[in-house]
Amino acid sequence: MTGVLAAGTNTDSVAVETVFWILAVVAVAAALAMILVRRAVHCAIMLAVVMLCLATMYAMQGAPFLAFVQIIVYTGAVLMLFLFVIMLIGITAADSIVETIKGQRLAAGLAAIGLLVLLALGIGHAAIGPAAPPSPKYGSGNLTGIATLIFTTYVFPFEVTGALLITAALGAMVLAHRERIAPRPTQRDLAARRLASGQVVGDPPPGIYALHDSADRPALLPDGSPAASSVSSVLNPRTGTEPPQVVRPGEKPQLEAADGGEREPAPSAGSGRAES
Amino acid sequence: MSPVHYVALSVILFMIGGVGVLVRRNAIVVFMCVELMLNACNLAFVAFARVHDNLDGQVIAFFVMVVAAAEVVVGLAILMAIYRARRSASVDDASLLKY
Repeated sequence: MTGVLAAGTNTDSVAVETVFWILAVVAVAAALAMILVRRAVHCAIMLAVVMLCLATMYAMQGAPFLAFVQIIVYTGAVLMLFLFVIMLIGITAADSIVETIKGQRLAAGLAAIGLLVLLALGIGHAAIGPAAPPSPKYGSGNLTGIATLIFTTYVFPFEVTGALLITAALGAMVLAHRERIAPRPTQRDLAARRLASGQVVGDPPPGIYALHDSADRPALLPDGSPAASSVSSVLNPRTGTEPPQVVRPGEKPQLEAADGGEREPAPSAGSGRAES
Repeated sequence: MSPVHYVALSVILFMIGGVGVLVRRNAIVVFMCVELMLNACNLAFVAFARVHDNLDGQVIAFFVMVVAAAEVVVGLAILMAIYRARRSASVDDASLLKY
């Protein structure tokens, strides 16, 4: 990073050009991968790659302050927020690849090419000058220069930004808050509900067995059938739970499941528990 | 490295983000594509700040980052509220106003 920062003051060096082309290719590839992969988590990771590339480019362009803000705020805070929400609302939700509007992908591609042509023409016609010669405000004086601007010319927008952030925090709290419309069930209520449904014991935890101790193995009910309710519902669509093998004393355990058709969770969990 | 290259890269990234917004179904991924577009704009801001030899572009990019952070916070909260009500984060499922 310090090498790149130092190189930012020398705009003509070969090293800067090499770094730029590597970063540009990586950033475009990651951005393409971001809109092509189906899982949201992979999208977030690809976006992190793009943001890190951009942060390095800021440093190369004489904006070390923005480079670190990019890493700390974007890659650190915003992407972590994205990951939190992905974990909360749908790690399982791979995007559907069904086109709901006919020909929408084609139209989107055409629109993108149109936008690209438009912007390329505009930039091609604009006379974009060469980079400014290196000066202290792109190196050691960058932070003080930005601070001077923020607290003199842009002091009112800066204050408004503070108001915006407070409003956003309050809005997020209001939106994410859930009103409790029924009183919270007590332990006695829960026990009564369980007894009324015919279940006498508590929910079994997922299986800890001699062969498998992973959380996606359902517990065994006393009659030997797997209890699907003991496995988190998140794990079911992701991997499919496998019923555990019952190993009787004196038998050799089969490490591999003989038939691969056992990926579905056993359906008879509740009734099996009720009978036993 | 000429600033034109940075601007061209920012155009390409902006376009990719736009395609993502148009094509993807998952609302979280749509949000991430919007973030990508904002980042592309920031890159152009920084490049033009270097061309014009003043720091205003960098300050604007800083403000864009702040506003983007606020937008992400509120947007993700809205997403969570929608998901809580409908058990889905797909933009196709939030179509009640259509009928």
